Amino acid sequence: MDQAIALKDPMVPAPFRIERVRKELSDTFTIDLVPAERRRAFSFLPGQFNMLYVFGVGEIPVSISGDPADPETIVHTTRAVGTVTNAMWKLGAGQTIGVRGPFGTSWPVEKAEGLDVVIVTGGIGLAPLRPAIYQILSNRAAFGNVCILYGARTPEDILYRKELEKWRGQFDLQVDVTVDYATGRWAGRVGVVTKLVGRGGFDPHQTVALVCGPEIMMRFAVEALAERGVPNERIYVSLERNMKCGIGFCGHCQLGGDFVCKDGPIFGYDQIADRFSIQEL
Amino acid sequence: MVQEIGLDQLIREHPFFEGFDDAALELIAGCAANERFDAGQYVFREGQPADKFYMVRHGTVALEVRAPGRDSIVLQTCDDGDVMGWSWLVPPFRWKWDARAVKLCRLVSFDGICLRGKLDADPALGYAMYKRFVRVIAERLAHARLQMLDMYGVGKE
Amino acid sequence: MTAKMTAKSSPSTESFIIDPQSLDDLIHALAASGYQVIGPRKEDEAVVYAPLRSAGDLPVGYADEQDGGKYRLVKGRDGVYFDYVVGPQSWKRYLFPPHQKICQMRKQGKVFRIVEETAEPPRYAFFGVRACEIAAMKIQDRVFDNGAFVDPGYVTKRQAAFIVAVNCTRAGGTCFCTSMNTGPRAADGFDLALTEIVEKKRHVFLLEVGSPAGAEIAAKIPHRGAAADDVKVASAAVDKAAKSMGRQMVDEVGPLLKRNLEHARWSEVAKRCLSCANCTMVCPTCFCSTVEDVTDLTGSNAERWRRWDSCFTMDFSYIHGGAVRRETASRYRQWMTHKLSSWFDQFNTSGCVGCGRCITWCPVGIDITEEARAIRESEGRR
Repeated sequence: MDQAIALKDPMVPAPFRIERVRKELSDTFTIDLVPAERRRAFSFLPGQFNMLYVFGVGEIPVSISGDPADPETIVHTTRAVGTVTNAMWKLGAGQTIGVRGPFGTSWPVEKAEGLDVVIVTGGIGLAPLRPAIYQILSNRAAFGNVCILYGARTPEDILYRKELEKWRGQFDLQVDVTVDYATGRWAGRVGVVTKLVGRGGFDPHQTVALVCGPEIMMRFAVEALAERGVPNERIYVSLERNMKCGIGFCGHCQLGGDFVCKDGPIFGYDQIADRFSIQEL
Repeated sequence: MVQEIGLDQLIREHPFFEGFDDAALELIAGCAANERFDAGQYVFREGQPADKFYMVRHGTVALEVRAPGRDSIVLQTCDDGDVMGWSWLVPPFRWKWDARAVKLCRLVSFDGICLRGKLDADPALGYAMYKRFVRVIAERLAHARLQMLDMYGVGKE
Repeated sequence: MTAKMTAKSSPSTESFIIDPQSLDDLIHALAASGYQVIGPRKEDEAVVYAPLRSAGDLPVGYADEQDGGKYRLVKGRDGVYFDYVVGPQSWKRYLFPPHQKICQMRKQGKVFRIVEETAEPPRYAFFGVRACEIAAMKIQDRVFDNGAFVDPGYVTKRQAAFIVAVNCTRAGGTCFCTSMNTGPRAADGFDLALTEIVEKKRHVFLLEVGSPAGAEIAAKIPHRGAAADDVKVASAAVDKAAKSMGRQMVDEVGPLLKRNLEHARWSEVAKRCLSCANCTMVCPTCFCSTVEDVTDLTGSNAERWRRWDSCFTMDFSYIHGGAVRRETASRYRQWMTHKLSSWFDQFNTSGCVGCGRCITWCPVGIDITEEARAIRESEGRR
């Protein structure tokens, strides 16, 4: 796997500069970074993540959510839920952030060529999938039917809403959005995202499914996909665990014999199906 | 009940009615009618007698709950192909919530009063119908529980 | 794995005999060649690994009694240098220190930079390394150079380290290296290897040379040729240790544990386990770490430090929402199945070398070999 930032010590961050921080939702923000030292292209594959370091506070893994074809700016969307992300959100343009990466496995977009693609995601899970969506759309003719099924908590929690609306407007893309909870003012669907799997416009026997979201959502989404006949080998999930290194040294992210940081975060569901069902593994 | 052309076909092809024999299908089709609701119109209201069930042909129907002083809360929406309404099978046969057409909707309605009688008279038919509705209710319950989990909610970093 | 780390795998072609006094010459020759000599010393009623200035620092005449939750230094044979086996520490505390600075950063205004620091990496000579400990180093070599990433601090120290191995002539109370295929004889991975020969009229050491660096040092100390008989006597002493292991690991333990992730035994051992993390601290292959961030009062200097961590801590593994392994049973299962099973998936070897430290230093004496056997004998029980 390519490491765009070649460091002697893979635990030492490279300084990047914040170009922009913008608020997406009440607790979610996007941060755009460029390398601080020397203009160099940062290349990554959809699904990979960076370890982002906030000076004196700490470091966390954040999926890269921008366009892999854009080497200039590296985009990350994350929720402000802990010490590091809350400190990150308060930073502004020009501030330095430490970056190590890109790490991890990627969405197998090439494997989906010639097949239908169904993307089942919810909440902030859309962020690690957006680079894959960009990649698919930039080579749209190579794929069959493409469906994006997205669930959010409420209409106010729909991530990248304008982009979803734009994609929905494309004639060659099926985009279905649903929320768990809404008032009567909402004119869209209310219901759990797994329900959309049952009616999605894809051929279950000729489909690759990319699934990302809270683990409960992924579990039930995989179940719904299986019920429709999508085989485990064609379903890919993105797992999440706490990480202190991102490179297989600290041991924290292990799930059985796999390190989520380097054997994942993207896994074929057939690889991990047996481990998913064992409690507290 | 006036039978619309095409309803027969629709009922025959809908997965919900798969497995019914011709006689049953004819009977059910005999109790069916096309209905249309404009955006904002109520399909049924909380407390009213539940004497029909519906199938959504096109459109979105919001199942919602009213409360004074606040916007109504949508529990879920029923969309194309969904079967809607099971209160016609469960005493006291009254709707538990409102159903409002979010946009222009075309539904097929099935006369519950007529069907209830026929199901009581023919246990085999009754069993077949209940089997299908149990699946609908089970799925609704499973989905409702997932919605309840608030799984996109805030957690620890 | 880098070439240098496997350079010490050529079998010794030469063996010598040295007198016990020459151990002092050996230590001094190593120091004179620029090595920091680290070896066994008696401290706080245990044998630990600390700097050696001379052979006088070695714990001569001591042996140890080890069992589940028990360690005692006792009197060994008079004048014998290596009647004890391994203590609570392993060489990982030098190659992979409990606290290490990752980097330092300085902030000015909005910008921060990494402060370049150049420090001479230490050149250690490890004196008295047991075969199981060489095996442990080889295991950690695969962790810290995993094919995708390399820990430069570990690799530099490891490549520079000079290894004086000691072949065990006595099995410790909790040892089971034979069933893990890691000892008691050091087959390779050393620069020099010592085997103590204690006979009625003779007390000498067989000195095997394992590398060109070893040959260079051997040339500097008084030595004489070894006879075929000497080699036989030394070998017999090591064989005697091999035959007196008190414990044994069951066969095929990797697949066994993989099939029994929901066995009732995990809950049973959890009733005894204190989740104290001792086993992970003393284990020579455990490698988990965490990172801590430190700033000074001005807020313009920050450091990142790497520290040993343990999978027994409650929030070792978590996702949004909370800890993944809330039950002690889950955490014990994680440690034991990682060590004996998943390690194979990750690094193509077992993670255990059979040194017995986890058994000795567990305050309640949980025995990993006993747990494995219990699961083997009641397979499938939930």
